[in-house]
Amino acid sequence: MTPSALVIRSLIVGFIVSLAVITGFAYTTLFERRILARLQSRVGPNRAGYLPLPARGGKGERRLLGGIMQPAADAVKLFFKEDSTPVQVDKVVYNLAPMLAVIPAILILAVIPWAGEITIFGQEFTPYFAIAPGVNVGVLFILAITSIGVYGVALGGWASNSKYAVLGGIRTAAQMVSYELALGFSLLPPIMLANSMDLGVIVAEQKGLWFVFVQPIAAIIFYIAALAELQRSPFDLLEAEQELSSGFNVEYAGMRFGMFFMAEYMKMISLSAITVVLFFGGYQGPFVDQVPALGFVYMILKIVASLFIMIWVRASLPRFRYDQLMKFGWKVMLPVALANFVVTGVVIILAEEGIIF
Amino acid sequence: MFGEILRGLGTTLKYMLRPPVTVQYPDVKRPVRHRFKGRHALKRYDNGLEKCIGCALCAAACPADAIFVEASENTDDERYSPGERFASTYEINMLRCIFCGYCEDACPTQAIVLEKDYELSFYDRASAIYTREMLLDPVPESGADTPQQTPPGVFTRSIPDMEDPR
Repeated sequence: MTPSALVIRSLIVGFIVSLAVITGFAYTTLFERRILARLQSRVGPNRAGYLPLPARGGKGERRLLGGIMQPAADAVKLFFKEDSTPVQVDKVVYNLAPMLAVIPAILILAVIPWAGEITIFGQEFTPYFAIAPGVNVGVLFILAITSIGVYGVALGGWASNSKYAVLGGIRTAAQMVSYELALGFSLLPPIMLANSMDLGVIVAEQKGLWFVFVQPIAAIIFYIAALAELQRSPFDLLEAEQELSSGFNVEYAGMRFGMFFMAEYMKMISLSAITVVLFFGGYQGPFVDQVPALGFVYMILKIVASLFIMIWVRASLPRFRYDQLMKFGWKVMLPVALANFVVTGVVIILAEEGIIF
Repeated sequence: MFGEILRGLGTTLKYMLRPPVTVQYPDVKRPVRHRFKGRHALKRYDNGLEKCIGCALCAAACPADAIFVEASENTDDERYSPGERFASTYEINMLRCIFCGYCEDACPTQAIVLEKDYELSFYDRASAIYTREMLLDPVPESGADTPQQTPPGVFTRSIPDMEDPR
């Protein structure tokens, strides 16, 4: 395959995957609202749109999937809201920040393998199906891009020229720096086990045994650090309603606020996907060798499960205090991740030398 | 610490498996209590005459000054109520009303009663004022609409007897 054909194919796949994930983002908001409501003994949005079904016994109708059009209603509302710009903001940065937040969230998807070797419409995707398959520094790419994500939030807070917003932005920056380390160290064991930074290779290595069973501590730390990276509850200090009213996005309205919202949920999806890829076997599952398309199904099911846990945690746990957050990040997460990483390295070398196992 | 977190997670999951407590309001309406005080209604006797005699005691009793009553004289040719006078204008401003029920207590003929209707919403302030026509109960089957023509000499009291007039 020529390089130009490869580029065109990547563009097409990237377009489709991005659209799919944006739709996924819309329905993640609905999923979160419905699940959160059920966890709190409520019903959640169930009015906007439904699939009518004939009722049992033929009278009236049953309503299936009530609220299915809620994301569309939300989007329409956000688009038609007045998008006012406060007078004293730094206009360029203020407008740039939401985009800086969204773009990295979408960029992460580039290296995520969605299925194994597969042929779709005569196109053969080897060695696996991704927007950019075979990137041999995939994990590094993810770390780099997630770090850029903090700029959107921090600059949004700064450019708003508001005390609440700038406090939210500063908190984000501090929190990201603290948890990025634990995140990085918990990423290393899967890389060492697979002996590659290519996400496809990491998934292929998990064919027999998912890395979560080999590296449970790394998986837990990665998941907690990912929650902190997402600024989701219980790490949602940057938008602590009680203290900062809404934090970094308090001066934003309309679709620019919607883009921050979108960035948060896109990152939820992409970090869930990374968790699945690194620790939960990615697209691996029963019969995936015979029917490669099942890879998409397994991947999506695992991502939905991960999203459910994030929502579940949000409904259950109170927010960290700022000093608790720092203490937990630096005094618990980082040492445990570091120890886990060292022990894993030693054990791998001992195993390679034939001393144990 | 992790044990407590898991217990918290377990609690929320337990609640997820229970049916939600939400009442789907416009579809499902919970019945109101027996002594619920909702929108007022002006009552009629069985023959269709209005109980209200326009004495404006309800307006006097109203702590929120929500009621306005204007009385006019009854005649035997055009009789609205068995008493000497009737309420030609009867307005309740639902934005002022606090649904205390004092008007109900003050009424000498039990003409005004707070009923069970609580779905009071309006698009503008003017439509918050409920007029006599909106508050009056529908005409009972045994009676006729007001004004009625009545034989002279039957309704002579300024405050009628409490039971239904013949």
